[in-house]
Parts: sequence; C-alpha cells; structure tokens
Amino acid sequence: MSGYGMELDDVEAEGTGGAVLSCQRMRKVFGSLVVLDDLSLDVAEHEVIALIGASGSGKSTLLRCVNLLETIDDGTITLDGRDISDPRVDPDEVRQRIGIVFQAFNLFPHMTVMDNVTLAPRRVHKMSRGEAEERAMALLSRVGLADKAREYPDRLSGGQQQRVAIVRALVNRPRLLLLDEVTSALDPELVGEVLTMIRDLKGDGMTMLLATHEMGFARQVADRVCFLERGRILEQGPPAQVFGAPREARTQQFLQRIIEAGRL
Amino acid sequence: MGTALETYRPSDIQLGRVAYRRRQTVRSIAIAAGSTVVLGVVLVVAVTGAPGWDLVRQDFLDPTEARESFVPILEGLWLNIQLLFFCAIASLLLGLLIAVLRTLRGPVFFPVRALATAYTYVFRGTPLLIVLYVLAFGMPGLRLTFTPSVLVLGGIGLTLTYGGYIAEVFRAGIESVHPSQRAAARSLGLTYRQTMRHVVLPQAVRRVAPALLNDLVALQKDVGLISVAGPIDAIRAAQIAQQHNFNYTPYIVAGALFVLLAIPTILVTDYVTLRAARRQSAEGTT
Repeated sequence: MSGYGMELDDVEAEGTGGAVLSCQRMRKVFGSLVVLDDLSLDVAEHEVIALIGASGSGKSTLLRCVNLLETIDDGTITLDGRDISDPRVDPDEVRQRIGIVFQAFNLFPHMTVMDNVTLAPRRVHKMSRGEAEERAMALLSRVGLADKAREYPDRLSGGQQQRVAIVRALVNRPRLLLLDEVTSALDPELVGEVLTMIRDLKGDGMTMLLATHEMGFARQVADRVCFLERGRILEQGPPAQVFGAPREARTQQFLQRIIEAGRL
Repeated sequence: MGTALETYRPSDIQLGRVAYRRRQTVRSIAIAAGSTVVLGVVLVVAVTGAPGWDLVRQDFLDPTEARESFVPILEGLWLNIQLLFFCAIASLLLGLLIAVLRTLRGPVFFPVRALATAYTYVFRGTPLLIVLYVLAFGMPGLRLTFTPSVLVLGGIGLTLTYGGYIAEVFRAGIESVHPSQRAAARSLGLTYRQTMRHVVLPQAVRRVAPALLNDLVALQKDVGLISVAGPIDAIRAAQIAQQHNFNYTPYIVAGALFVLLAIPTILVTDYVTLRAARRQSAEGTT
C-alpha cells in the first residue's frame, strides 16, 4: 500500500550504491565537548535505522546535523549523492527533502492543524491553498485526524499533536524522515498510536532514521540498530543481533539498565 | 464526574461550605464598602479643611471658567486625537521595522543592525520635550525648500521617540518565541524571512500586545506635549484660556478630558492582558 501518497521511486539515487544518506567521518563539537566523533553511517533506500544509546550519546545531534540545523565541524554528509555539508549548498532547499519530527512536537501554536500542515507546501512549494489542503486532508484522514483539521494544537492530546507533526513533515514528500525521540514526551498510553503510524510508514517504504528509547519498537521496526556511545557508533547490526547477542560490553551494560527499568 | 446529574444531591458538608462562603462574601463586601466610605470622608475633610482650600478652589475649580473654556479645549482635543491616530500607526510600523532590523543576522546587515541599535539607544534616552524642541524649532531654521508644518514636525518627534520604545517591545516579543519554533519552521524548508513572517512575528505580536497597548496609553497623553511647539491642541487651548484672567481651571478641564480619552484604551489593555494571561495558562497545560 502507498496510502501516504509517497512517490518513493520517483527520485533515483545517484552513484552511492542506493544510499539515500551517507555520513562520512562526521565530527561535531560544542565548546570542548566532542558530541560526534568520526562517525560514519549510510542509510539505504527504504531502510529504517534506529539509533539507541544513553542521553548525551549524540543521537539528537546526529539528526540535527543531517537536517543542517547544526553545522558539522568535519566530515561530509551526502543526500542522494550530493554533498549537503558544502557551505555553498542552500540549506532551505535541502530541508525540503528531509523531514524531521522533534520530541516536543513543535507545532505552531497560533495556527490550526490544517495551517500547520499546509504552511510549507503553500509558502515553500507555492502550492495553491486548495491543492495543499487536499493533500493535507488525505494524510490527516489516513491517521484518523481529519476531524481535528480546524482545531488548534492545544486542543489535541500529545499523541495527536505528534501525529500532526509527522503529517506536517510528510506533506513535503521527503526523501528521508528523521524522528528524534518522537514518543519521549508522550504519556505511555499515547505512545502506541504514534508507533503504529511509524510502522505504517515503514510499510510504505519510507526511509527513516530514528533516535529512540523504545527498545521494543526499535526491535520490531528497524532494519538496523546502531548503538551510540560518546559520539561514536559502538555497535550496529540487525535488531536480533544487537538486542539478542550484543558483542560490546558497553552495549550489554546499556541494555541491562534498560531491562532493569522495564523498558524492554 | 461519574454521578449522573439527576441523581446528584450535594452532601450536608458541601451545603454547609456553600452557606459559609456566601456569608463570607457578604461580610467582605460590607467591609470593602465601609473602608471606602471612611477613606473618602478622610480625604474630603483633609483637602477641604486645608488652610488654602478656598483660594485653590477659586483658582482651579471655578465652574464659570470651566464652562467657558470647555468648547475651545474640546476642539483642541480633536487635534490631539488626530495626532494620536497617525503617530500610533506610524510608531508601531517604525518600531516593528527597527525590531526586525535589529534581529537580522549576517555580516551584510551589520551597518543596518548598528543603525537600528543606535536609534533605539538615542531616542529612548532623549527627553521627548527636547526632541520636540529640536524638530519644531530647529528644523525650520535649516531653511530647506520644503519644511513641513510645526504640527507634522511634532508628530515626527513623537513617532521617533515612541518608535524607539515600541521597537524594544517588539524585539522582546521576537526573542521570547522559543528557538524550537524557528527550528521547526526552518526544518520544513521555510526561509529566514518566511519563518519570521509566518511563525515568529504572529506569536511575538500576540505576546507583547498588552505592552504595546500600554505604550499607546502613554502616547495618548504625550501627544499633549505638542502644545510646546505652538499648534492649538487641548493643552494649548487651556493655556490660552488660562491667560485671560489667570485662572487655572482650564488645565483641570483639559486633564479630565485626557483621562476620559484614556479610559477606553486602558479598558482594552486590561482586557487584552487578561485574555493573554488566560491563554498563557492554558498553553502551560499542554
């Protein structure tokens, strides 16, 4: 099914062996703190990668760097074979092709759900209001939020707000979707509805890079799990391997703590 | 919750509490009324009992003088209202422009930023009276081929001074919008300008609306300072009336009219502030 209206195969990946995103030897420092340390990561077409690791291990920073919200201090990032870490690249144009959803939803409080979703299509892609609303409505209906289109974000539950935020990112038809701990700010009973939506997106073939604390979900939905520690990928592999038989002692310790906290 | 409406009966404890609160309310109102009357009497006795009261009443509260000066002062007030209208709009626009210029990033804009910053420093620092003197009396001295009337020059002085304050109010609003809102907008591909226009400014303006209205209340009375430059506004009309027989009642009339003029704006300000506070607390729950 392709109910989210993605035309995923329209854009051909050029020269990177099918990798949509390729991060090479990425480095990011905040003052004297090295947040990303010589980190390399490729994301293939239709691949879903889960980034796990303790707070401060660099997961969010990695996503913010890919979306050019932060400038990397070394290395390269390529999207569909094009170097987007080149300072001559127009970040606005790159961001139109990479969607990001934040932990705190960050919906615009002064706009209705519909205006939140159609802002970028109308202002960035110069789509007519009618066309943008039609496209937005199709996505909102798909996630069961059509009746909330005229509401303001503060009238919605956290789970509904986060689903709107995902729709807002999807309406641009991105090549890559970045999800930054999208369920961390939600009440436990609302986490499910957001995870279901992400699972559906995977079914549609969306390429996704997600930072998460939901180990059970990472295990189900991810093709590959990367364990980050101090800005490096310490261990990566299929979920069964990383969760079932972690090689590194640090990964084992981390997973042990998660199990003790009852999150796996 | 839970209990169906038709079967719900308040318990005796609740009925007791309701009755007690009602008694307390009646008591509070009685005390408030009583203390107000006492204070009022004390004030009246203190003022009218003062040794110079009769003389003051003659000079400041003469009914005949008030009646005679009322119409010219009211005509003068119309000029103040017109001036207020134009100065309010102009200073809001100027303030918004300066605030946006001050928040521009990028090295190209350094001179613009510096100028905008210098402007807010200078005009917030200079007494309005001096700005008016310099513009109304200094500008014509330049003998330019085209010099606007003293009234327009005074209006420009008011606009420049208030624009400085209003710019800072807008800037505070712009900076109060959380950076995550900008990040969200930019991540959707919106440019800096689109982010300002559609995401940051609408939220900023809503937040600072009470402060802006408060500045308008201040402007409302400061338009009276235009009288120093010569145009016959309410205060100037009062001054002319006062010079007839050196009775100060016209000034009291003009003052009272300014208060009346301010009341609607103040009421609107209070209402907007209250609504903003309510919305803020509603936002806090999400």
